[in-house]
Amino acid sequence: MNSYAYTLLIPLIPFFVFLFVGMAEDKLKGKLGGLIGTVGLGIATFLSYYTAFKYFITDHVHGTAYTSVKAFEITWLHLTEKLTINLGILIDPISVMMLIVVSTVSFMVHIYSLGYMEGERGFARFYSFLSLFSFSMLGLVLATNLFQMYIFWELVGVSSFLLIGYYYEKPSAFSAAKKAFIVTRFADLGFLIGILILSFTTGTFDFQTLVDPNGPAISSAGGAAFMGLSLLTWALILIFVGGAGKSAMFPLHIWLPDAMEGPTPVSALIHAATMVVAGVYLVARLFPVYALGGPVALEVVAWVGAFTSLFAAVIALTQTDIKRVLAFSTMSQIGYMMLSLGVSGYGGEEGLGFMASNFHLFTHAMFKALLFLGAGAVIHAVHSNDMSEMGGLRKYLPITHMTFLIACLTIAGIPPFSGFFSKDEILVAAFHSNKILFGIEYLVAGLTAFYMFRLYYSIFWGHDRHYHHTPHEAPLVMTIPLMILAFGSIFSGLLPFHHLVTSDGLGFDSHIDWMIAAPSILIGVVGIAVATLMYKTENSRPAAVAKTFSHLYRWSYRKFYIDEVYLFVTKKIIFNYISRPVAWFDRHIVDGTMNGIANLVVFCSFNIKGLQSGRVQQYGFVFVSGVVALVLIFVYLL
Amino acid sequence: MSLIEILAMRNELLLTIMAMILLIIDLNLNHAQKERMIPISIGLFLVVTLIGFIPQPDQTIFGGMYHTNGLVQLMKNILNIGVLIILFQSVSWLRSPANSTKISEYFFLLVTTLIGMNFMISSGDFLMLYLGLELATIPVAALAAFTHFNTKSSEAGIKLLLSSALSSGILLYGISMIYGSTGSIYFDTIGAAYVNVPLQVLAFIFFFTGMAFKISLVPFHLWTADVYEGAPINITSYLSVISKGAAAFILVIVMFTVFKELAPVYKNMIYLVAVLTMTIGNLFAMRQKNMKRFLAFSSIAQAGFILLGILGTNKMGMTSVVYFVLVYIFSNLGAFGVVAAIAAKTGKESMDDYDGLYLTNPKLSLLMMLSMFSLAGIPPVAGFFGKMFLFTSAASGGYYWLVFIAVLNATISLYYYLLVVKAMFINKSDHPIATFQSDGYTKIGLMLCALGIFVLGFWSQVYEFINNLSFGI
Repeated sequence: MNSYAYTLLIPLIPFFVFLFVGMAEDKLKGKLGGLIGTVGLGIATFLSYYTAFKYFITDHVHGTAYTSVKAFEITWLHLTEKLTINLGILIDPISVMMLIVVSTVSFMVHIYSLGYMEGERGFARFYSFLSLFSFSMLGLVLATNLFQMYIFWELVGVSSFLLIGYYYEKPSAFSAAKKAFIVTRFADLGFLIGILILSFTTGTFDFQTLVDPNGPAISSAGGAAFMGLSLLTWALILIFVGGAGKSAMFPLHIWLPDAMEGPTPVSALIHAATMVVAGVYLVARLFPVYALGGPVALEVVAWVGAFTSLFAAVIALTQTDIKRVLAFSTMSQIGYMMLSLGVSGYGGEEGLGFMASNFHLFTHAMFKALLFLGAGAVIHAVHSNDMSEMGGLRKYLPITHMTFLIACLTIAGIPPFSGFFSKDEILVAAFHSNKILFGIEYLVAGLTAFYMFRLYYSIFWGHDRHYHHTPHEAPLVMTIPLMILAFGSIFSGLLPFHHLVTSDGLGFDSHIDWMIAAPSILIGVVGIAVATLMYKTENSRPAAVAKTFSHLYRWSYRKFYIDEVYLFVTKKIIFNYISRPVAWFDRHIVDGTMNGIANLVVFCSFNIKGLQSGRVQQYGFVFVSGVVALVLIFVYLL
Repeated sequence: MSLIEILAMRNELLLTIMAMILLIIDLNLNHAQKERMIPISIGLFLVVTLIGFIPQPDQTIFGGMYHTNGLVQLMKNILNIGVLIILFQSVSWLRSPANSTKISEYFFLLVTTLIGMNFMISSGDFLMLYLGLELATIPVAALAAFTHFNTKSSEAGIKLLLSSALSSGILLYGISMIYGSTGSIYFDTIGAAYVNVPLQVLAFIFFFTGMAFKISLVPFHLWTADVYEGAPINITSYLSVISKGAAAFILVIVMFTVFKELAPVYKNMIYLVAVLTMTIGNLFAMRQKNMKRFLAFSSIAQAGFILLGILGTNKMGMTSVVYFVLVYIFSNLGAFGVVAAIAAKTGKESMDDYDGLYLTNPKLSLLMMLSMFSLAGIPPVAGFFGKMFLFTSAASGGYYWLVFIAVLNATISLYYYLLVVKAMFINKSDHPIATFQSDGYTKIGLMLCALGIFVLGFWSQVYEFINNLSFGI
């Protein structure tokens, strides 16, 4: 027990809310279920902020490194003398930072949904799922060991499945839920194998032992086991596969756009701010192992991140569903975070990328949740997701308009908004490590500014469409979270992350490098300017551009046909050439054998029933025969 | 011997005093007041159970005939918890008009057999063990015939008495041969003198069959089905859980101390009996349509799994046996509790009657499902860990084939446990059992089971605690 033991309440409160609201669903009239959920999460949020304050400020001795603290731990399963599965709570800079992110965004979404989900069937069910998700996500970020993280990782996947499929009567929602679950589950297989290899080579699941630079994990790095890479590197690559699945990295990204079928607050919470960054968190959590034990794996992380950020940005240029644009932009931004981790070194200023990645994770959570909730307010007003059915909304939705504009400027990297600071750190880290990666990210920054302002102008400018009724501003419970998140988007860039969240716990000084910052602002401005030119008033330029680059446009619009490739591989190749023969074997050989055994068992069971005659003298006879048989076998024969 | 030393036997003393108090109170009650015995008895028993948890130093008294230590006390506490649950669950049955005049007899007999079991577990020599065993068996025969106006019940009583007389005879014969060949009946002194000579192996076999009868191992199990079916449900659950658990406890202690030199021989015997018990128990259980008979046979198969832990012959083996019995008490009493609650209200006992139970009585169905999952060993409920530790301990002894057979049997058992779940949740019925409310006592009894099944699955400190008290050969 120590002074952080109370943190156990942070995940447990949402868990009990989930149980209570889930079980009493029918009895909770009106908004009662939502209010219980919101109050519960409010307490958890308060505790998270208290923890952050205590950890970063009151308990910290100035000038020393931040250490990780095990607030609580129990052993759940003994596998061997050394290897145990524990459940507990780990407090360190990144987990505390994630506590703030998860609880803030979740709390905002809880409040917002009181308005957005009003009158939906299963209102209480929605809140019980939200609480389940919050519990799982908090458990994930607080995990003390890889296996606990894996357990909560799967729980997060389940709650995401439940929430995407919230409108389960809609076939598209249902299949999107399945798709998300299956794709991430497939990636998690890699994660599990990675965990098993890692625990096999190091003999531990515990994070504190794993990330210790002098510990068994990092010292086991040497040697080439398979295809020129060490076992540890393979384990790290496989673990990253799991992270890539959850964080929608190419080529495992196909579930994220479809996941937008879920209610918009869910997209904001799960598919923008928290769950999808779990992959980044996973790599950050094991960062010392990656940096010191498997630099090759870290390079993989960097390239996958860079490619995804470019790939997703290009697709986002042409999409017309506003939530999908935001989904691709999320992928692109997570690509940034991965890249930043990938180019980082360990310790001091070398760890700039690590800090930048977490910084960007933090600011991104704020502005991306704001964008999604803003989009939700728009959808709430016009009852459509499609850009072509929107226009001129700025006069009807003034608060949404202002907050959305702030978020767009933030993501475009315009100072003094927070996105500028975090993105600038990433670009600096990339610049000092690899010029090609830097070039890609520089280009993506421009594309981002362009497509975000394309979105912004299409929604809020241009002329009115034929709306069924005059669009109206969302109620106060929805706009207050928007304003709070807008506040966060503006000012969270001023947080001294380089003193708080660093790769080795020690702070370092960082300054804005204007040689890099100035061009990055410039390309952002160029992106915005081009978007303004094309979309502020309706004109023929977008159509002309689309026509000039018609192939590229079509490829981007169809998301580079990745979904079709998946369908071809699964339906045409796997189903026909693997599944069918296996199914035949299963139906005829395996089932045949099993049915044979079952028939045999039934036959035997029918034939021995004579033993149970009900005559006690016969029971005595069998008893004595048994004794005699044992005596014969064990006294005379053996 | 001072008075303080006598207090080492506090469980037995308290239970004896309780039995006397019950008889005296009962004398002063008229017919209409008999129901007052229920809260009095349960209250007294609760006190005894709680006192059992007060730590006590290890002691040996009566020149080694009686001993107590942390492990023994833990075993007694486990049995006490089980009996407490049974007491809660039998209330609505006792209140029925046919039984309401005999309430104190029920409690008196039940407590008496428990005294016998406590003496048996604490025994330091074979004479004490035998006395405890008899004290534990004879009152149960009376309990099995408790509803004596019912032919099946009196038949059950007589069959139990006759069969146990036979097994006691053989057991006593075995003990006399042990005494003849070693010159002692004390566990401490026999251990070293016991080696692999034919007379001593013979004596061991006789002793083992006597215990096998109590645990209902194949082929010494035939009495079980008839007695379990004929006896009142709460007595059946007592027989299949508490009696069996107590016998398993003393068996594992004796095997690990007295007969440890004989391990190479008895391992083969246990191997054989374990395979027979698991397989035949399963084959019989598959065909049962009466819930009581079904649970009776499934409990035979479960007893076969206990032997896997004994085969481990290391510290983990003993831990896994004690842990399994603890889990098994909660799971099986959960199932019996539901069957008893339904039978007390509606008189229905057939599996077909359970069709569509979930729609009318969801809470009972959920508990039944939980118990079935636990008995079948589906993670993460407690039963999974119980089986897993038994299998691990057998595997650590190198018995891979036996573990394989056990896993096969566990799979077969899954089939019939799920049949019950299927009946409750999937099958449709035109005349489902009507929705009913159980009384408070029954509810407490059932809740305790559900709690036990959950908590033991997630709270591994229990296993650690047992492991610290256990020992191996």
